[in-house]
Amino acid sequence: MLTLQYIPYHDFASLSMEEKLGKIIRAVKDEKILLIEGRLNPMEESELIKRTMHAINKNFKGIEIASIDYEFKGDFLENMKRNVAHFLLRKRGGLTIVGPATVVKEIRKDPSKIELLTLDRKKKKR
Amino acid sequence: MIKRVKGLFRGFFRFFKKKKHIRLGVYGHPNSGKSTLSNKISKDWLGEEFTATSSVPHETREIVIKEKITIKSKGKELTFNLVDTPGIATKIDYEDFLKYKLKPKEAKDRAKEATKGVIEAIKWLDNMDCVLVVIDSTQNPYSQVNITIIGNLAARDIPVLIVANKTDLKKADIKRVESAFPQYKTIGISALKGTNMEEFYEELFKLIK
Repeated sequence: MLTLQYIPYHDFASLSMEEKLGKIIRAVKDEKILLIEGRLNPMEESELIKRTMHAINKNFKGIEIASIDYEFKGDFLENMKRNVAHFLLRKRGGLTIVGPATVVKEIRKDPSKIELLTLDRKKKKR
Repeated sequence: MIKRVKGLFRGFFRFFKKKKHIRLGVYGHPNSGKSTLSNKISKDWLGEEFTATSSVPHETREIVIKEKITIKSKGKELTFNLVDTPGIATKIDYEDFLKYKLKPKEAKDRAKEATKGVIEAIKWLDNMDCVLVVIDSTQNPYSQVNITIIGNLAARDIPVLIVANKTDLKKADIKRVESAFPQYKTIGISALKGTNMEEFYEELFKLIK
């Protein structure tokens, strides 16, 4: 059974880098797929890769991760409205999916679309 | 007054910084052709290769540096230290290496060394003056690894040239690489066949200046 855990932006953004990365590593080691509202910054992303490499062992093979921005190609006024709305709602654009490599085979990504392919669990158990 | 003193110090350090050779890093996914490109540069200007290449991923598992490479183009000269880095990945499974007919012990050792190599490559980002991000132009460029590398370089204000490699292959798509990172110059080459290397060196001059 696949477990998908959703983390809203306000729950994630208030955490320190240590807490964010700890939360992600714990969840993926528990074979959960995380759907995070928001994005890690580049430094947090590279630190996540480093920690993932440290954590790799017989059972944990690493992670699959992808994030997308909500690219908005409207005019200036539309962009302003969106920024004001995001400011008032304390929202930050973007979405991140991260899962364990033993469960998630591949995350295919285009600029605005993410496809997640999972491993055949029966095949894996063989 | 304080600003003026700070400015003097900055100028002083910049003077000494200019004296040392520029560090040109080569970054990218495993098997994107980083070592093939590093070897091509070394062979073109020093007449010798300096790092092993292989179709098995994670062949480069340690930082490899070739010092004092001087390249020339249109009467200009440029000297730098070339730093070939291990491929950055988010997952490493020793079982993947078994497909390349490695023995289980060799595969496990390779996987262990590869994890260390990824960590080293990331740590070395801070030491680079400019970076070539090598992308396999037959693959989807929108990978999180590419985005993380480029995001980190942008955050550190390190100049970047995107190298869309393997243009000799049928599936190569330089336009897709260009459109993934429109804020950076992309140059299409085949490091293996030596295609478009002259233009690559011209872009390298512009990058390092």
